[in-house]
Amino acid sequence: MTWEIVIGLEIHVQLATKTKLFSGAKIGFGAAPNTQTTLVDLGMPGALPVFNEAALRMAVTFGTAIDAQVCKHSVFARKNYFYPDSPKGYQTSQMDHPIVGLGHLDIQLEDGTTKRIGVTRAHLEEDAGKSLHEDYDGMTGIDLNRSSTPLLEIVSEPDMRSAKEAVAYMRKMHAIVTTIGISDGNMAQGSMRCDANVSLRPKGQEKLGTRTELKNINSFKFIERAINIEVERQIDILEDGGKIVQETRLYDADKNETRPMRSKEEANDYRYFPCPDLLPIEIDDAYIEAIRQSLPELPDQRSARFVSTLGLSEYGAAVLSSSRHLADYFEAVVDVCDDAKLSANWVMGEVAKYMNQNNIEIEQCPVSAARLGQLICRIKDDTINGKGAKTVFEGLWNQTGEVDEIIASSGLKQVNDVFAIDLMVDEVIANNPKQVAQYLEAQEDKRGKMLGFFMGQVMKASKGSANPGQVNGLLAKKLNALC
Amino acid sequence: MTSKTLDQISKDLAAGTYSSREITQDTIADIKTRDPIYNSFISLSEDLALAQATAADVRIKAGTADILTGVPFAHKDLFCTQGHVTTAASKMLANFVPPYESTVGQRLLTAGAVCVGKTNMDEFAMGSSNENSFFGAVKNPWDLTAVPGGSSGGSAAAVAAGLVPAATGTDTGGSIRQPASFCNLTGIKPTYGRVSRFGIIAYASSLDQAGPMCQSAQDAAMMLNVMAGFDDQDSTSVNQETPDYTADLNLPLTGLKVGLPKEFFGAGLNPQVAQCIMAAVKEIEALGAQIIDISLPNLELSIPAYYVIAPSEASSNLSRFDGVRYGYRCDQPTDLMDFYCRTRAQGFGTEVKRRIMVGTYALSEGYYDAYYVKAQRIRRMIKDDFARALSQVDVIMGPVAPSPAFDLGSNTKDPVAMYLEDIYTLSANMAGIPAMSTPAGFVNGRPVGLHIMGNYFAEAKLLNIAHQYQQVTDWHLQKPPSTGLAASNQEKGA
Repeated sequence: MTWEIVIGLEIHVQLATKTKLFSGAKIGFGAAPNTQTTLVDLGMPGALPVFNEAALRMAVTFGTAIDAQVCKHSVFARKNYFYPDSPKGYQTSQMDHPIVGLGHLDIQLEDGTTKRIGVTRAHLEEDAGKSLHEDYDGMTGIDLNRSSTPLLEIVSEPDMRSAKEAVAYMRKMHAIVTTIGISDGNMAQGSMRCDANVSLRPKGQEKLGTRTELKNINSFKFIERAINIEVERQIDILEDGGKIVQETRLYDADKNETRPMRSKEEANDYRYFPCPDLLPIEIDDAYIEAIRQSLPELPDQRSARFVSTLGLSEYGAAVLSSSRHLADYFEAVVDVCDDAKLSANWVMGEVAKYMNQNNIEIEQCPVSAARLGQLICRIKDDTINGKGAKTVFEGLWNQTGEVDEIIASSGLKQVNDVFAIDLMVDEVIANNPKQVAQYLEAQEDKRGKMLGFFMGQVMKASKGSANPGQVNGLLAKKLNALC
Repeated sequence: MTSKTLDQISKDLAAGTYSSREITQDTIADIKTRDPIYNSFISLSEDLALAQATAADVRIKAGTADILTGVPFAHKDLFCTQGHVTTAASKMLANFVPPYESTVGQRLLTAGAVCVGKTNMDEFAMGSSNENSFFGAVKNPWDLTAVPGGSSGGSAAAVAAGLVPAATGTDTGGSIRQPASFCNLTGIKPTYGRVSRFGIIAYASSLDQAGPMCQSAQDAAMMLNVMAGFDDQDSTSVNQETPDYTADLNLPLTGLKVGLPKEFFGAGLNPQVAQCIMAAVKEIEALGAQIIDISLPNLELSIPAYYVIAPSEASSNLSRFDGVRYGYRCDQPTDLMDFYCRTRAQGFGTEVKRRIMVGTYALSEGYYDAYYVKAQRIRRMIKDDFARALSQVDVIMGPVAPSPAFDLGSNTKDPVAMYLEDIYTLSANMAGIPAMSTPAGFVNGRPVGLHIMGNYFAEAKLLNIAHQYQQVTDWHLQKPPSTGLAASNQEKGA
């Protein structure tokens, strides 16, 4: 049977507010346990929450950025459950009245087409603390630094049909939230993570199959792997005539498998009700419009500009605008070298290749945009050729020096001296009489290809530094003169 | 000295008749001697109080004293006091020492008032008789076989017994007014949002409101002046200027329109209490007020609605008492579930567990609409009833409770009978309006309170009426026989 994969994502974005959602405690990654807390985050008796308006602005900014309905009336609700890292015994969230309603997001598919993914809602909620199960001799440590940090939970429609689409959607969300500055988007530190709802149905069937929820996936790579491995698992069950159990599953990246979470943890009736300690949030059109007017250039707009004013291909523009940091990097390279196409080739080529090999994102790229720009300048002014530039780039990546230092120290400086090249060409012709004879005997249309051998010899003799254009011209002229 | 009002002590301190340290020491010594009869205190904060008194004396000498500087008072043990154990009358918090002060407590400290200790109460403010305390029941100074009312029963008994001139209380469904009524005190529950809830252990957040319990309207106004005010740490606190509540006390009542809701005088009301109330209303009328019959048609629904909303909020508010970070923790838990179950089963008393169960049930999937949502709809109807009534009249009067203080132990077996005690008080909390009790007579030696309710932020008007009534009556000046002060009063009178 042919199965159709149906995926919906719930993305948790940690908002980049200075203080927590309901207290004045500072937010920062990696502080000593329980040092970034107030009475409110610790759930002390009599402590009361006070809503951080900065989080509201960020949520509304997001709503306007995805052209969603921004709700003028929204309400915080309590989600009640017991867990040691939930200090109040409930999480303050939004249930019936979220801040952001229906919206949508367009993703670019690999075949170049665009697909629209529905966004059901986005709501504000507070994060829980962390339970630390190691290092305490069989006891569990509780760190409440993360308690009450603001999250925006963005819930999609079940509109995605492959793991790749899910990744494209997540990447686009990442580009948007980082572009509008509501999150640092740091997935390794948990600033952006997602739960994936995955189900299968026979192709052509309208009714959705039973879904499972994969919890807390925190990298683009893991989204793809987790969904694919879960799809395989579900196909195996269905094709053996079994049934999918609706449940919450954890993706174990080390074993590359999903497994059910303990049922105790999910057998909860959360008893949502409006939080009586917080007033409903009431905002007006003017508030929303002022935020809409102050939106920065969004990824789709940026991509369009890359095509219209920088002359990039649709594909290149889409790739380069897929992350705010990547697009910023690319534009910074262009600012230095003033060559958008070469910049695009380098960023999508060597830079992407090295990042993939080293499994890092552009923010951690050791070659600054300024240095890459200088390197491209040296290609353009014929100081080095493309091949040499790749060697220089390797040096920049390994941080062995500045562009011009590496060129000088490695002898990669391109030889543009006509006399020097002339000498090398003569030497190669003199040293390879057999190949010269073959060249002369060959048909005119085969000679072009045979010229490559001589090119290679000259470049080898020059240790790759000869100006390839000049070598080519001289070789053709001298060999043809022998005919 | 113990029968002195707040106002008198304030004047004595200013005149140098005695020092704050002297009256604080005397007060603490008096509590130690006499409170074993009443059990109105859970703890005394002697060292902190003496330090505060010493600081107050410096201020008084330096001429920088406020009205309440150096005056002793007591906190209901629901107010978190920095560095001093705060129990909510529960085993759960029997060892809990807050590292912070409630906003109300801080305002009183800043004013220079001296907190001598923490008063007994129903556990987590759940009760109408002060019999639901881990630290034992409180006795009514007017009749040691009667309850003092609840949940602020310790505060009421302490002030009535003359142990302290004033105490703080909280009122979620009548917990200031009913014990004030039972103990012959003046107690006011302000408008919801008038007094900060920060640092007061929550029972039902949308209903809880703190207020003073005193011997006169004058004293209540002085206390409220300090307690009330906007607090940016409480999102439900209202950012509105606080008037001087003593300023309007002497305004005449000419032309005042007083509404008497017929539902407050129905079948459940003790006839002798009704007589006291009608006599008080006559006095008010004689002061120039106009009496108008009105109706609050949904009053009876306030009991079932309250006993859904308050337990629902409580079931969530009390979730934080899990033994993880502070408070009681069971011995040798076998796993997390056992840890939670035994900690909470052993740490909470019966009534608290009952309300947590009721609230948990009401909020459960499948029951939420039938209980919580419906109760909220009733709450809105009650609010509308008051809005309609208060567009016709300035204030509403009636009894605080259907009967005078009942006997200790008489209602403990029947929670529903106990809940019916709150019939006249719940609706003010549901609507969020201010309401107070002022002494209005006795039935068989047990006090009866007159209930005065007004529009939002009309506290000054309520206190004005109570004060004017207290100028022409002496109910509030009567002292309980158990204190031995009644006789001396009579001697003075003679």
